[in-house]
Amino acid sequence: MVTGRLQASTSVTTDPETGSAGVLLEATGLTRHFRIGGPFSGRFLHAVDDMDLTIRQNEIVALVGESGSGKSTVARLLAMLYRPTAGSIAYRGRPLGSMRSRREILSYHGRVPMVFQDPYSSLSPVYRISHGLERAFKLHRPELSSEQRQEEAERLLSSVGLTPPSEVLHKYPYELSGGQRQRVGFAQALACRPELILADEPVSMLDVSIRIGLLNLMAELRRRERVSVLYITHDIASARYVADRLLVMYAGHLVESGPAEDVLSHPKHPYTQLLLSAVPDPRAPIALTGRAEVGEPPRVVDPRPGCRFRFRCPYAIDECSRVTPRLRLLRQAHTAACHVATSDLDMPEQEGLP
Amino acid sequence: MVEYAAASGPVRAVDRVSLTLAPGEFLAIVGESGCGKSSLLFAIAQLLSPPAEIVSGSVRFLGQDMVTLADEDLRHLRWRSYSVVMQSAMNALNPVMTIGEQLRDATLAHEAMPGRMLRRRSEEVMRLVGIDPVHLQSYPHQLSGGMRQRAMIAMALLFTPQLVIMDEPTSALDVVAQRSLMIQIKALQREFGFAVLFVTHDMSLVSHFSDRLAVMYAGQLVELGGTRQVFKDSLHPYTVGLMQSFPSIIGERQVLQGIPGTPPDLARPPAGCRFHPRCPHVMPVCRVEESPVFTRSDDLVRCHLYANGHGPIASIHQRHD
Repeated sequence: MVTGRLQASTSVTTDPETGSAGVLLEATGLTRHFRIGGPFSGRFLHAVDDMDLTIRQNEIVALVGESGSGKSTVARLLAMLYRPTAGSIAYRGRPLGSMRSRREILSYHGRVPMVFQDPYSSLSPVYRISHGLERAFKLHRPELSSEQRQEEAERLLSSVGLTPPSEVLHKYPYELSGGQRQRVGFAQALACRPELILADEPVSMLDVSIRIGLLNLMAELRRRERVSVLYITHDIASARYVADRLLVMYAGHLVESGPAEDVLSHPKHPYTQLLLSAVPDPRAPIALTGRAEVGEPPRVVDPRPGCRFRFRCPYAIDECSRVTPRLRLLRQAHTAACHVATSDLDMPEQEGLP
Repeated sequence: MVEYAAASGPVRAVDRVSLTLAPGEFLAIVGESGCGKSSLLFAIAQLLSPPAEIVSGSVRFLGQDMVTLADEDLRHLRWRSYSVVMQSAMNALNPVMTIGEQLRDATLAHEAMPGRMLRRRSEEVMRLVGIDPVHLQSYPHQLSGGMRQRAMIAMALLFTPQLVIMDEPTSALDVVAQRSLMIQIKALQREFGFAVLFVTHDMSLVSHFSDRLAVMYAGQLVELGGTRQVFKDSLHPYTVGLMQSFPSIIGERQVLQGIPGTPPDLARPPAGCRFHPRCPHVMPVCRVEESPVFTRSDDLVRCHLYANGHGPIASIHQRHD
């Protein structure tokens, strides 16, 4: 009887890619502008413009873009560290703007915690590792007794690969390496029993040999703890490694989104194509064909309408400087914001841009 | 050998590293943070300052030992015969001087030159790196990261030196700017024939650009060979591990393992082979005895696996250092 029930419950854990796709977080028309050059300059930097984004339960979504493309601003908007200039974010259908009480906001922070880029400055040097975990328990899980807190802290540290946990708990951050500190960051996020972890460049400060361990950890946490992860990165290869879906940002606009493998094998937006061609890869066939691309990052201070990639785009047409392209469905579950890109939906044999 | 004086005794950042660089060659030195690659570079460029010091060894450049060279003679070689491009252009350029003024300063520090010639030379080097000479009037903050880094390279090329030393010149750039800068460096090198010593933590970056690749771990050179050779057929377990550490955008999605553990603290390096605590092929001898260097023509590997001509390749023999 008992064993039968156990089996039934384990078989419920479905494949995350096909499993039930409950929407966890949904942003619509998300926009954030920053005033620059003093209070009366009247000039605004458009960090994020009119972005729609959905994150479902138990999925890893990667947000990819170059520095200054607005990807960290998106993370901060989703973490309620910034208020959007326009647009809305809903968590399980509930708009964040309607959350007023401290309890509600605290509970949201617990469900959607953030892991920061720099493991050297995101942990306070004067507290032991146990402090950050204890604090999360006290704020978000007051029902735990002190023994339970100790037990849970040790469980979390071993689940992020920090062993022996009872020793690590009593260490100070300076006694840990960068990779270990970043694991502490994930343990702290997990301490609130989150549903979505916002990971802003969690591996870019780490050595190459350490990075893959953390990417594997994210995949494992999704499988074991059933959390979703928004993985923000400039490294499209690592995004492909862990993510189910890729979102590509350019100059504050979402320019392409789709299943990771499909975006890599059939990039539709010219920026995604440029990005993929620039990835250094020793396994690539010898290729020095890439023209020395001298295009510079776009200006996003009071931008005019139109595609923001048009100055660097080899396929730009007149329309690109007049009309801001909207995301269009071009392949199965795969959209791109480009006037020129062709759809593969009707003609499955046709490839996208040359 | 380079050591840093520390309260707890000297920290050996570079330990018996021997390298040769041929004229016009592109040699990349890769390794993780704290492996001593920048210390090595600074030692070669004679830029170390206390508490760091070269405690033994020599740097022979154009027939002279730079370690023992008098300051006056060294100043004569600097910038004319070899130049250095630093990692962060934002910090290396002076924020309150225009690019043109900084080029002038760099030139006049090493050669008296009339104003008109100086201007012409400045415009020339700016064009070489693909920046419009109007930016000679610009301040560093008015340029993008990629342009600042190119301006640094322009400065390094003022005297068309025989050697340009580069310390992670692309690490602050995004991949697109990074690739375009690499292509430009390679093109300039082809045109002027200078040698490049290029330090980076990202071995995939140089995979298509460098002639030879040197891999450093914990202050030591652990592998050296032709770049394609090292990628295709890595000898040292650390290099093999590094190759397994970065995901690819090509081919099947594979599960990678990286390298377990963390790089050692150079103040207390592990006994025996410094990589042994992280090595999947560790043998008893690795824990107690440092591996000698084994060579095959110009290639080199420091690993016990290759003792007595064993290991995947024959014809490898021990070098005494």
